[in-house]
Amino acid sequence: MSANKGRIKIVHIYPREMSIYGDLGNTRALASRLRWHGYEPVVQQHHPGNDFPTDAHLVLGGGGQDSGQARVEDDLAHNADVLRALAADGTPMLMICGMYQLFGNAFITVQGERLPGIGILDVTTQGNAKRMIGPVVLRTAYGDVVGYENHSGSTKLAPGQQPFGTVRSGMGNNGTDATEGAVTGNVFGSYLHGPLLPANPRFADALIKLAVERALCALFVPGLIDDEIADQARTRQVRRLVRR
Amino acid sequence: LAVAAGKAARAASRLRGGGSALPGLVVETVDPRFLSNALADLARGVVVVTGTNGKTTTTKMLVAILREHGLTVFTNPTGSNFTRGVISSMLAEIPLSGRLRADIAVLELDEAHALKFASSVKPTHSLLLNVARDQLDRFAEIDHTAKLLADLAEQTTTGVVLNIDDSFVSRIAGRVPDGVTVTYFGVDPSIADRLPELQEADVRFEDEFTPPRPSDADGLLKPHDERSFEVRFGQTERVGPLVLKQRGLAAMINATAAVTTAKALLAKEFRQSGAVAALERVEPPFGRGEVIDADGQPLELVLVKNPAGFTVALGTYGNAPVTTMVAINDNYADGRDVSWLYDVSFESLREKGVALTSGVRAYDMALRLKYDDVAVAEVEPDLGVALERFLTAYRNEPKRIFCTYTAMMALRRDLATRYGLANFGEDPA
Repeated sequence: MSANKGRIKIVHIYPREMSIYGDLGNTRALASRLRWHGYEPVVQQHHPGNDFPTDAHLVLGGGGQDSGQARVEDDLAHNADVLRALAADGTPMLMICGMYQLFGNAFITVQGERLPGIGILDVTTQGNAKRMIGPVVLRTAYGDVVGYENHSGSTKLAPGQQPFGTVRSGMGNNGTDATEGAVTGNVFGSYLHGPLLPANPRFADALIKLAVERALCALFVPGLIDDEIADQARTRQVRRLVRR
Repeated sequence: LAVAAGKAARAASRLRGGGSALPGLVVETVDPRFLSNALADLARGVVVVTGTNGKTTTTKMLVAILREHGLTVFTNPTGSNFTRGVISSMLAEIPLSGRLRADIAVLELDEAHALKFASSVKPTHSLLLNVARDQLDRFAEIDHTAKLLADLAEQTTTGVVLNIDDSFVSRIAGRVPDGVTVTYFGVDPSIADRLPELQEADVRFEDEFTPPRPSDADGLLKPHDERSFEVRFGQTERVGPLVLKQRGLAAMINATAAVTTAKALLAKEFRQSGAVAALERVEPPFGRGEVIDADGQPLELVLVKNPAGFTVALGTYGNAPVTTMVAINDNYADGRDVSWLYDVSFESLREKGVALTSGVRAYDMALRLKYDDVAVAEVEPDLGVALERFLTAYRNEPKRIFCTYTAMMALRRDLATRYGLANFGEDPA
């Protein structure tokens, strides 16, 4: 597919500090799928201390260790206004695990300390002694979504905040209310690694559509992609995990 | 009673052809003090080998060197590296008195179980290999894994051997109690540029860490070419040149760790020629680069568990591409989260493609390869069916299988039946 339907800039924020569970796979998946659809992906990494690329068309973030989170806090606070403006302008973003928590209002540690987030998603996370770990199946606006969660934070949605999906198998935001993740406008937060996008191409293409239509002011024209392998990977997980 | 009960369970589980940990579980339940009792009388102490990658190979090498020096060594050769696995392998050798007859024990332990083990038996020596992302569903974070190793070092009574090049490991020196010797192994400064082949760097940060200066007791790896190398101690002392049966830089650094530890343990008794002879004879452990004769063609079985290990394995075999199968399971011992496959680059497989992906996550592996533009000829989740097809369809060519732990166990059992190999856990040396 050589036709170039336009250039799309993906910004992966904090890939060194906040990408320990394969979340780089989301960036790979979007770049590959953009190419397969006939667009030209450009991937830029944002590291703490650098100027934030305000011309981003898609912003991705992942999960890290506590030490990684500590290393990005200052930079995130410094760029909070830029990110909030991009979000308000309709830029699609996908924040996984640790970055999902930091996109919320706050993280309350086990000791009761309140660490502020940047408040794009109306969620608050409480630190727990126990981790929520295991494979997950969600029902979402993009069909069944599969992934793997591994978090100690228990996240509560504020009244009116939409979740990303409903838990069919696994724990989700907190293990009690069957919600998983959060969506505000075109900003998505989720705990799902896996990584999330490769095995869930319908959701990946929804992000691409949002990015393309905002960036190029033209309708998204998808290419023909054979997703048989991805569909097999996903439906097999659904069959293994969901009891009928 | 515990020994008798465990022996009975061992006999029963061998009849079933079952796993190696069950008899240990029986003993652990019947007599929780079994371990400290069994290991109480060993004159030369108890050595624990742990870290993310290379435990099984390094343990095997260290044991071979010590035996070459005339010591009677107890070890857990099955790669069953939880405490229960150690107890299980003891049951074969232990008299009903419950006291092991050996000069020294060399035990390979999983990072979390090493600490559990130390709570009942303080190791006299520990060899700490490296820290990398591995099975994050179990250890949660590498910072946590590094802490487990540091806690183990604190429990060690006589000597600790540390990887000088892995900052997560070498900085543990500051946690070693007074009076306990610290020895380092690592690569010679002349090949420092090859360190990325041995450890992943992408999740580490540029810390204000200055590596310690090696002393004359510390062993440094100096390769001569792809196969031959020596281990240097100070300005003049050398072990080698020697050539291992197992290929690759990772095997060489494991040998360096084993030689350095053996030298620290044996002191004046250590013989350079003995170490070389022992290392040159060591066969790769089951599934760790083991070469099986499959209908007259070599079949390599390569265990992969985490991004660093898979990257090292692809680097080791990358310059000799052969027909390849990849088998990925997601049981507890494999790591249940397969996200890590996206932190490995598979470009070296692109030219030749992959013949088959298999295992419970066969389709996830095929999907991962697709995103690296590696062609996959066939996806077959059933391991037995996949192996049959791989062996018949590619009968007249050299083959290689990369596999996770439980996939390796299943494939190895199948291959043992087909080609009359020794069974797992009956490793001759």
